[in-house]
Amino acid sequence: MKPLIKDGRIVADEWSLLSHEALDDIDLTPAGPRQIVPLAHYRTHAEVLRTQGHRIAILLGPDDEPDAVAPYLADIALVAIHFPSFTDGRGYSTARLLRVRFNFSAEIRAVGDILRDQLYFLHRCGFDAFSLRADQDVNAALSAFDDYAWAPDFGALPRTAPKGSLPLRDPAADK
Amino acid sequence: MYRYNETDQRLVDDRVRQFRDQMQRHLDGKLSEDDFRPLRLQNGLYLQRHAPMLRVAIPYGTLSSMQLRMLAHIARTWDRGYGHFTTRSNIQFNWVRFADVPDILALLATVQMHAIQTSGNCIRNITTDQFAGVARDEILDPRPYCEIVRQWSALAPEFQFLPRKFKIAIAGGEEDRAAVRFHDIGAKACRSDQGEPGFEIFVGGGLGRTPMVGHCIKPFLPRAELLNYFEAILRVYNRYGRRDNKYKARIKILVKDLSVEGFAREVDAEWRHTRGAGSLIPESTFATMEAFFAPPAYADARATDLAFVAPRAENRPFARWVERNVAPHRHPGYGIVTLSLKKTGVPPGDATADQMDRVAELAERFSAGEIRVSHEQNLILPNVPLRDLYALWEIARRSGLATPNIGLLTDVVCCPGGDFCALANAKSLPVAAAIQARFDDLDYLFDLGPLELNISGCVNACGHHHIGHIGILGVDKNNEEWYQVTLGGSEGKHSRLGRVIGPSFAASDIPDVIERILQVYLRERLAEECFIDTLDRIGLTPFKLAVYGERHEAAH
Ligand code: HEM
Ligand code: SF4
Repeated sequence: MKPLIKDGRIVADEWSLLSHEALDDIDLTPAGPRQIVPLAHYRTHAEVLRTQGHRIAILLGPDDEPDAVAPYLADIALVAIHFPSFTDGRGYSTARLLRVRFNFSAEIRAVGDILRDQLYFLHRCGFDAFSLRADQDVNAALSAFDDYAWAPDFGALPRTAPKGSLPLRDPAADK
Repeated sequence: MYRYNETDQRLVDDRVRQFRDQMQRHLDGKLSEDDFRPLRLQNGLYLQRHAPMLRVAIPYGTLSSMQLRMLAHIARTWDRGYGHFTTRSNIQFNWVRFADVPDILALLATVQMHAIQTSGNCIRNITTDQFAGVARDEILDPRPYCEIVRQWSALAPEFQFLPRKFKIAIAGGEEDRAAVRFHDIGAKACRSDQGEPGFEIFVGGGLGRTPMVGHCIKPFLPRAELLNYFEAILRVYNRYGRRDNKYKARIKILVKDLSVEGFAREVDAEWRHTRGAGSLIPESTFATMEAFFAPPAYADARATDLAFVAPRAENRPFARWVERNVAPHRHPGYGIVTLSLKKTGVPPGDATADQMDRVAELAERFSAGEIRVSHEQNLILPNVPLRDLYALWEIARRSGLATPNIGLLTDVVCCPGGDFCALANAKSLPVAAAIQARFDDLDYLFDLGPLELNISGCVNACGHHHIGHIGILGVDKNNEEWYQVTLGGSEGKHSRLGRVIGPSFAASDIPDVIERILQVYLRERLAEECFIDTLDRIGLTPFKLAVYGERHEAAH
């Protein structure tokens, strides 16, 4: 099982991610009980999967609208957001909107081209789980959450207003 | 000036530590060039034609004398003894050693400086009016707002990987001296009908290969909403800006695709969610920030002081320098001094380590220890008593910093071009030098009056050639360097792009071409009319005729 960083720790990933390709000829009785499926697939097959006893989560592509997933947020265990390349920053906004605008408090997982050097910023936007690119050293990556002591600070002026727009947990509290 | 609090200092220190680690992993082969490139760029480190280049941020162009001394020290110790001040009020060191950069950044952090987000697809250094806080026509001092935006944008987690670079300029004066309509976001201070302070917001301006003048999408934004509104713009851009083609990835293309109204609607829809909450800036923050930028204690200086009036009457070179290089100050008896980095033959914007030390010393002696960098690539001492001008001028002159040419033809704005830049199509520095050498006669220059000449070595337009009254652009034709000339560009209130006059020229022809253009102006001008106004009145045709002759006229 691929390691996952969750809340600042390495854990075993219990979820399988069904890629678009895999979904093309899926028989709807996939092996694992916990499946992450693309939004479009969720829309059409969620009921069937559920009646078969699967737990389901949703995968959003970089151009999926957070509004589109909003109706299902209460029913799913996690949202995974895909980064085709680490330099494609759309997923940062998606995560932040899910947290701030839709008050989604369950797991938001970053998948795809996820590297150690972006973890701090992803985390600050509301991601709390990270499935790193295969070549990354997962143990070494844990220290990325300490890259900066700075975190949105609601106390002191004059940083309050400029920085304090992210109602997120303090990274230190995740350990 | 703003002084870092503990959080600011921690942040730049942590950044240095983080980058040192990234550099080490890269050197150890654990971080590939592809994965490292965006990281080093976000720390200002480029690979240029001949050597690595480090771009250091000078937030809104403001430096303390201590910071300038550090830049001098870095130039002397880690580079080849000079630095290049850019049109974005940054400084570039052209000859640093790759692996030394973390050490240089650590030194910068000791004087509250950094290179964060000076490159890469993120929010870049905020620029403003070089006369901020001392200009007579000021509506709001832009610096407190610049600092607020700087803090918000530095490491803004959501906006580290935008479709493309993002440049913000904020101007505080009646006159726009920050070219706000040529930035991704431009904010120009204004007041509502009720007198509340706020900003007029422009988006989608920019130069580069698709030059565009920015459009107003909000005639009045209350100042407390500045960050909420910027965040809405950035989020719309981050989510919908094109990422498939880097030449179409700037916000200006998105604004064009959605139409200005369409884009403004998207931003308003996003803003609706945070308006009145979110990152609303409390009044107390403005007060705290404004206190940092309080004016120095002004002495009881007078414009009639003999120490100023006498040399001005007797000494023509001094009087000429005062005429061109000293701007009116808001406080009586004071002046704003521009130290020219445009001495003939010296690359525009370049300063040696010794010159930087000298400017720091002048700032301490005469100008409350503060220096500004202008987007015309000169250095400014914002608070000089007129009675000290003569003493200052004598020292500046000995250091090659008192060329009396501010706003004149030889105050050339120019990018590093083919001598340094890997993207260049043509050299720009020798062209600037040739023009400065040809038009070195001060009587002639003063007679010509205000004239902006801008040179870029390729379409990226780092030398702002589109907005020069005369613009020169280096182009490549069959592997040869050629130069295209535009006329009539302008920034400020009458922002617009220059028009190409015709086929391009060889470098050696450029001084002659400029001379013919100037002859038309001198022949046609009405009393007191400056170049750009004559050009507006008579149009391009007489200039084209003078440059290309009848042949060209017939061909068009
Ligand atoms: C030498 C290394 C440099 C490189 C590789 C570089 C690269 C670029 C590129 C690719 C663009 C076009 C961006 C676009 O249109 O999307 C650009 C624009 C620009 N650069 Fe540079 N540049 C360099 C140096 C400079 C210098 C020295 C200055 C100041 C003198 C400068 C100031 C600007 C400005 C003001 C623009 C404005 C165009 C705009 O963004 O709208 N750059 N640069
Ligand atoms: S305009 Fe072109 S040549 Fe000049 S610095 Fe910019 S990218 Fe380089």
